[in-house]
Amino acid sequence: MDHVFSGADDVTTALGGTGYLADDALATVTFLATRLNRPILLEGEPGTGKTALAEALAEALDLRLIRLQCYEGIDATQALYDWDFPRQILHLRTVEALTRDAASHTARDTEALESELFDERFLLARPVLEALRAAPCVLLIDEIDRADDEFEAFLLEVLSTWQVTIPELGTVSASTPPIVVLTSNRTRELHDALKRRCLYHWIDHPGLARELEIVRTRLPGVSAALAEQVVTLVQRLRGSGELIKPPGVAETLDWARALETVGATRLDAEVAAATLGAALKYREDSERIRASLDKLLTA
Amino acid sequence: MTAAPEPEPDELLLGFARALRAAGLGVTADRERTFLVAAATVGVGERAHVYWAGRATMTSVPADFPVYDEVFERWFGGEAIPRGRQVDVVRPPVRQAPLDSGEGQAGGDDTDTLQARASAQEVLRHRDVATLSAADRAAAARLFAGLTPRSPMRRARRHVRSTNGSVDGPATLREQLRRMGEPGRIHHRRRSVRARRIVLLVDVSGSMSPYADSLLRLAHVFVRTVPHVEVFTMGTRLTHVTRALSERDPDRALAAAGRVVPDWSGGTRLGEAIGAFLDRWGRRGMARGSVVVVFSDGWEREAPEVLGEQMRRLAALSHRVVWANPHRGKAGYEPVQQGIVAALPHIDDFVAGHSLAAFEELIEVVSRA
Repeated sequence: MDHVFSGADDVTTALGGTGYLADDALATVTFLATRLNRPILLEGEPGTGKTALAEALAEALDLRLIRLQCYEGIDATQALYDWDFPRQILHLRTVEALTRDAASHTARDTEALESELFDERFLLARPVLEALRAAPCVLLIDEIDRADDEFEAFLLEVLSTWQVTIPELGTVSASTPPIVVLTSNRTRELHDALKRRCLYHWIDHPGLARELEIVRTRLPGVSAALAEQVVTLVQRLRGSGELIKPPGVAETLDWARALETVGATRLDAEVAAATLGAALKYREDSERIRASLDKLLTA
Repeated sequence: MTAAPEPEPDELLLGFARALRAAGLGVTADRERTFLVAAATVGVGERAHVYWAGRATMTSVPADFPVYDEVFERWFGGEAIPRGRQVDVVRPPVRQAPLDSGEGQAGGDDTDTLQARASAQEVLRHRDVATLSAADRAAAARLFAGLTPRSPMRRARRHVRSTNGSVDGPATLREQLRRMGEPGRIHHRRRSVRARRIVLLVDVSGSMSPYADSLLRLAHVFVRTVPHVEVFTMGTRLTHVTRALSERDPDRALAAAGRVVPDWSGGTRLGEAIGAFLDRWGRRGMARGSVVVVFSDGWEREAPEVLGEQMRRLAALSHRVVWANPHRGKAGYEPVQQGIVAALPHIDDFVAGHSLAAFEELIEVVSRA
């Protein structure tokens, strides 16, 4: 994994090739993460491209992307590994059927049978173990803030030593550490122990010029005038500071795509009101903005 | 021989890390090391590179960024840094939360010294909770003794045997192996449960003084009957009163709390008090996964946006935030006070807290959390 990128500029170019526009800060942090073999911890508003970075990295480096979606109550059997219990039972029954006629089991048979049961082929590799085996690859641990506190402790060992210990089989370690991207929406503060192991970066909503660039890159079919109008309006919505959930870049793209689909060539109050649902996901927000659309569009 | 030698780059960078630590960021030795390696990797020649390397390795929340920027500019001087847009996060000064009862006991009649010490809003008064009439005391004690709080539960990591739930593979398999693979009963298991911690933050400022006695009695009932309860009073200061309230007899417990709390019926700095709780206790684990109950009328003297930000942090750390407002139960009440407006988006349950019936409802809400 050494020297996948030669510098921050190289990261920008490589990610740009996949349609992901990273600014200098993010490029520097990504470069550091690949060089120092540290996970990147990305925080920021929803829809600012945290998850997309992992996808773009995998594409740019032509590596496999392994994703672990966190949720409340997730535990080691869903993240690291589990034993395939039904297949173990099936195996046991098969052995039993085959040896029915044979003489009584010796102690050695029993031992062999037990070790057979906890064999590689009955092991279900969950994303983290999978990533360690498949490395080099990109491991995306998405929305870590949704998992319980205890789950972070599981990750600590993996993220610092790049190995998982399975009592029945031994230790699995990665030959080259995977590139790990953790994302958090900050609904819960993460433990400092986890944060210390990561490179921390806060992704902010992009500025006007960058967001326009993103829309143009991602949606080449949308006319320049329409793209500019949409981005300007979204930036204004974000700046107003009165929305429950300001639209992210993902929403901007959705909206532009929606306008393209309905065949609009420019944004006026009528068509904006009709497609507003692509950008605003709360009734209160929609109502407030609908009432002041005229003003927002002409301002 | 007069000119001081040019400092080594590493020395300069290490000094910067130390300056950040002095400014209050959590820069530990391993972070310093990571920063030095990171800076060497991106090259120390470019100012922006050092900036981003440092920010990625030595900050961990957006609230750290303004402090980081300031120290960076002071340390390395020169022109402005080409950084991204700033995240607008208010970082309130950390307020000391004295635990000792020294000042409280000194209060009372020593008004001259007190006035000299107190700021305009900070009226540190010592309230004598021992002056309840005998009849009131007996009636209240009877009524509060009838309250039966229960702990809110959470799923624990451990599994326990159960008659239903998911199949317990290992246990089933072990039993079958004991009988040479002969199939038998299928064992089931479920997650065991553990009691969540309950944190009670009681506002004892002037506007809440008619309720302070009852609220502390309620807190006492919680402390005595349920495990893992922590109680704090908030006024112009934050005071940890769990130990004082752990006395068995309610009246003696209240008297003990009265001796500890230095700021009965003073002003309120809700935002700062909650911030102090989070900085000193909450973030280190007390608030994590717990149910936090704030007893207050939301009358915030100073910046309501500070309260909003601190409530956001509180909500992000804890499992559930309950706000009990004595005025909530009154006819025609609208949550219009600046403080409560700022806090409302971060509250899970907004309940009344003015009567015994309301306390029963609150207990129900907490135990269901």
